Amino acid sequence: MAISEEQVRHVATLARLGLRDEQVAELQVELNDILVQIDRIQALDLTGVEPTTHAAAITNVTRPDVVRPCLPRSEALRNAPEQQDGAFLIPKFGG
Amino acid sequence: MTHDLSTLTAGRIRDGIAAGDFTATDMAESALARIAALEGDVHAFNEVTAGLALDAAARVDDLAAAGEPLPPLAGVPVAFKDNMNLRGTNTSCSSLILESYSSVYDCTAVRRMLDAGAVPVGKCNMDEFAFGSSTENSAFGPTHNPWDLDRVPGGSSGGSAAAVSAGMAVLALGSDTGGSIRQPGALTGTVAMKPTYGRVSRYGVVAFASSLDQIGPFSKTVEECALTLNVICGKDPMDATSVDMPMQDLAATMRDGVEGLRVGVVRDLMALEGCDPRVRACTMDAVEVLAGLGAEVGEVDLPSCMYGMPAYYIIGPAEASSNLARFDGIRYGHRAEGAEDVMDLYLRSRAEGFGPESIRRIMLGTYALSAGYYDAYYGQAQKVRTLIIRDFEKAFCDYDVLVTPTSPTVAFKIGEKSSDPVSMYLSDVYTIPVNLAGIPAVSVPCGLVDGLPVGLHLMGRHFDEATLMRTAYSYEKAAALDMRPPLASALGV
Repeated sequence: MAISEEQVRHVATLARLGLRDEQVAELQVELNDILVQIDRIQALDLTGVEPTTHAAAITNVTRPDVVRPCLPRSEALRNAPEQQDGAFLIPKFGG
Repeated sequence: MTHDLSTLTAGRIRDGIAAGDFTATDMAESALARIAALEGDVHAFNEVTAGLALDAAARVDDLAAAGEPLPPLAGVPVAFKDNMNLRGTNTSCSSLILESYSSVYDCTAVRRMLDAGAVPVGKCNMDEFAFGSSTENSAFGPTHNPWDLDRVPGGSSGGSAAAVSAGMAVLALGSDTGGSIRQPGALTGTVAMKPTYGRVSRYGVVAFASSLDQIGPFSKTVEECALTLNVICGKDPMDATSVDMPMQDLAATMRDGVEGLRVGVVRDLMALEGCDPRVRACTMDAVEVLAGLGAEVGEVDLPSCMYGMPAYYIIGPAEASSNLARFDGIRYGHRAEGAEDVMDLYLRSRAEGFGPESIRRIMLGTYALSAGYYDAYYGQAQKVRTLIIRDFEKAFCDYDVLVTPTSPTVAFKIGEKSSDPVSMYLSDVYTIPVNLAGIPAVSVPCGLVDGLPVGLHLMGRHFDEATLMRTAYSYEKAAALDMRPPLASALGV
């Protein structure tokens, strides 16, 4: 399945990547080269084969629902690009 | 007094400190001197942590002076891949998006090493977010292979591998999602292990593909690999996928020999066109050594593993695209300047911060998970994963250990494959199926081709690290190879 330029732009938006036009053109070529390799698995008949989501022999790990110590606010904010009043500061949201 | 760390093992260091032959501070200073001498050529590190190293060494020396028993890694200089958090260091993942990220907590495996007395000398260069097989995808420049500075050390844990190979650290930790510990181990002549999925907590390692990632050690000898595994493994409440499964004392059980051990050479993978015939011959010579030690050698096919590469390049990027969504310029990491609104901030921060291979993988993964393509790509890849697991289950009915080369070629030249992603992806053709199945595997040096190291890839059953260590140790002892790179032997420190 070849990927079109329009699809590259759509996927970039989904992935929140603001790509330049030349990056879009390059990625279209590179992704199609990779998809040629990947498409080999399309030829396999996998009817009736169960999918594997992980290789660990465990399911539904839970712990007691009790409060545990967590990162102090100052530490959580230490790497924030911008902060104000103990909160992450962001530009305006929406229209 | 400085000592040659390329010849000292972890066990010898601990015993030497206990006996008063030298101090942990001597060891830390020796490592830092060696880094100062070699780092300009090798570039194994993103950050050298001299202060942390000398502090940790002083604590070990205090213990020794007080006559207290020393923990297993006391005074041993160690390095960590720069995707593992350690307070007091930056954790950049070799990415501009995290260039100035300062760790606010410790990775469990790192913490266990330090609690065992290890001395942290630095954070190692890597392919950005572990995306790559050469360490060329680092935002801070490539790492050079100590065996030939014009060549790559492999990747993505290339800095960790190069640091141990060159004797700048005695042990290092890396992470392995599709071969990122074992392939650089092979290309630098070090012992490199990916434990069973769940053996080692992933808490504090920056996630690439959560169902595949596993932390493991680099060392010069199998015994040090076994020692390190015993230190880092075990259940961790902070990682729900870590497993409470008792581990034997691997350094003891590895001496039990391979008499009667069933070793299966994976015929169809060995025959792959892209495998250098000299690498194949080196691998078969190693199998002969095992046969000479009493192992029963046979052949087996893993036909579904031929599809490991395509399945991995769907599942890996799919999980990565989800994991890397957290880098949004809001809570940490690079933030684009002058954004008009939040959407603009996301779009520009991410495009400015991520390098080309990260963007490629995020795009590939997002595409594979997007509406209309999910079943054809992600769903199909998950079913291939099932077939690969079945192949291994069947093979392990007849064999205790399976063998391939670790990498189809020896170390390639810097720049040789960097413009061809697909050719680079083939570097991991032997290592990828192991991650998809979640089984353990180790790469052990098994000779040289053109003066460059070749790795023997040994794969085992889930949670059967003991058999792998036993096989690797028996081989290493019988082969008795000198795997010091010319660079390390030539140096007088």
